[in-house]
Amino acid sequence: MKTKYAVDEYGFYGKFGGAFIPEMLYPNVEELKENYLKIMAEPSFQEEFNELLKQYVGRPTPLYFAKRLSEKYNTKVYLKREDLCHTGAHKVNNTIGQILMAKRLGKTRIIAETGAGQHGVATATVCALMGLECIVYMGEVDIKRQAPNVARMKMLGATVRPATSGSRTLKDATNEAIRDWINNPVDTFYIIGSVVGPHPYPDMVARFQSVISKEIKTQLLEQEGKENPDYVIACVGGGSNAAGAFYEFLEDESVKLIAVEAAGLGVDSGESAATSVLGKIGIIHGSKTLLMQTEDGQITEPYSISAGLDYPGVGPLHAHLHDSNRAEFIAVTDKEAMQSGLEISKMEGIIPAIETAHAFSVLDKKQFKPTDIVVINLSGRGDKDLNTYIEYFNLSD
Amino acid sequence: MNRINNKLQEDKKILSIYFTAGYPKLDDTVSIIKELEQNGVDMIEIGLPFSDPLADGPTIQESSTQAIENGMTTSLLFEQLANIRESVKIPLLIMGYFNPMMQFGMEEFCQKCAAIGIDGLIIPDLPLYVYENEYKTLFEKYGLKNIFLITPQTSNERITEIDTISNSFIYMVSSAAVTGSQSGFGNEQIDYFKRIADLNLKNQQIVGFGIKDEETFNQATKYQKGAIIGSAFIKYLAKNPVNMIKEFISLIKK
Repeated sequence: MKTKYAVDEYGFYGKFGGAFIPEMLYPNVEELKENYLKIMAEPSFQEEFNELLKQYVGRPTPLYFAKRLSEKYNTKVYLKREDLCHTGAHKVNNTIGQILMAKRLGKTRIIAETGAGQHGVATATVCALMGLECIVYMGEVDIKRQAPNVARMKMLGATVRPATSGSRTLKDATNEAIRDWINNPVDTFYIIGSVVGPHPYPDMVARFQSVISKEIKTQLLEQEGKENPDYVIACVGGGSNAAGAFYEFLEDESVKLIAVEAAGLGVDSGESAATSVLGKIGIIHGSKTLLMQTEDGQITEPYSISAGLDYPGVGPLHAHLHDSNRAEFIAVTDKEAMQSGLEISKMEGIIPAIETAHAFSVLDKKQFKPTDIVVINLSGRGDKDLNTYIEYFNLSD
Repeated sequence: MNRINNKLQEDKKILSIYFTAGYPKLDDTVSIIKELEQNGVDMIEIGLPFSDPLADGPTIQESSTQAIENGMTTSLLFEQLANIRESVKIPLLIMGYFNPMMQFGMEEFCQKCAAIGIDGLIIPDLPLYVYENEYKTLFEKYGLKNIFLITPQTSNERITEIDTISNSFIYMVSSAAVTGSQSGFGNEQIDYFKRIADLNLKNQQIVGFGIKDEETFNQATKYQKGAIIGSAFIKYLAKNPVNMIKEFISLIKK
């Protein structure tokens, strides 16, 4: 089948992607590129991956018909419950896949970057599961903001190393992880947390996350008698949960895809993370994609109340979906997202992660038909964001 | 002939110095270049600062951050260097990451380099195949040498490929590491220097990463044509004024 949205042999989605990496990383990235598809296709890999997703992660996650939301918005809203995964978000689908990949490549030392700490926790979790050494790079600023996740990683046996350069957030943690990889080229595997970085990472991560859309198809067939929804909605920082939720529908243009970005205080406020609006094509973390930068090509610091969407770039697949108009990109402010988070909590009894809450705001921004099937990827739960919710809504009063 | 290639033909070991343009002070660029030439440095890599220099360690990253804060930009660097060839004769290269060059426009960037008298570019995150397919013709049109890196992990097959496409020197990364992270060379690195020398490549090699004093310079140039000092020089500049550069160079090349 001719595909328009799959990665090509050079690692590009349209004009986005590739591997813009220093020579020091070439052998590692090349090794992965040469082997990832072969390894993923091995029956023993598939068996182990699926078994862990089932027994350890708790998959399949439910596709839940949200009755009250559906009534309010006069359409059929389904929630893909990734918040019910072990560790509380979709992130673990990818870390399970990558740790199995690392083992098959004979790597003994795992590194990762993390912003809010969700990917760090998911990585530390699978390292504990496999008994591998785990080092997580985290911006010094984020370490202070996300103390509970730092504690979780430590309990799981990981070493958390502060990134003290630049703005001391996710982008700098990623730089530090890449430097560690350069310095330890033989025994170390870098588990990237999103569909970002040099090829083949965006494709590999999307494939591991594609279990989300595979399940949506099966579950919709059972519940609605058809595999395809009319809409799939997901939030996008780097874009891994969206990539997973969109994956099986990419080539079928009857399924409309909506990617929700964080507008922060407003797209034009100077405090935003809406990369598709504010970004220009450039190179970030080894990938040619849309990124927020100055005229002079210096990468700028984004802002969002949600640490998971606070990334100055976006995965190359999403840049391509934007460029080709395959997906509609909608920017949602802090305020709108926080209100949605509260609404979902009260109406469905589910406290979503603030990242995920952004996706729900689309229900207020867009009119759907009563017969439309709208699947929202509920990518993570809100436990980690409780402090932010408490402060924002003065809940401690 | 290109100044780099002329220099490579001289019967001597080459000392190349890297510094970040706009550091420590915005206007230091030209005076640093002049001081380096006057004190016997053979070649200079002018660092175009980038916010996220992946292949560099903390020293060069901090100098880049400072330079950007000082107000350094690509256009300003070209302005500062506009008349550099009135006085400076040694080869000058620009080392920088691909994104700022891409935003400036690669053709315009090369054009400016040629007009100023820049001899070559080192762009660590511009992959070989992208260079070949998209930029090789451009570099050749403007007489710029593109310098590729190899590391101890680079396969012989790829070294051959890099040697074929290069036509000045190969930047030999001394060990698998970011800049500024080693302390002296061990047997493993010496073996690697020797192994590469024994390949009899058509391009000579200049060693970078981990060179910081006379000892490491001599070790690195025993089998190779020259060596590049970066982080150690940046650290020196952080503590000493530009007119003291003489001291630094004299400790390396006696």
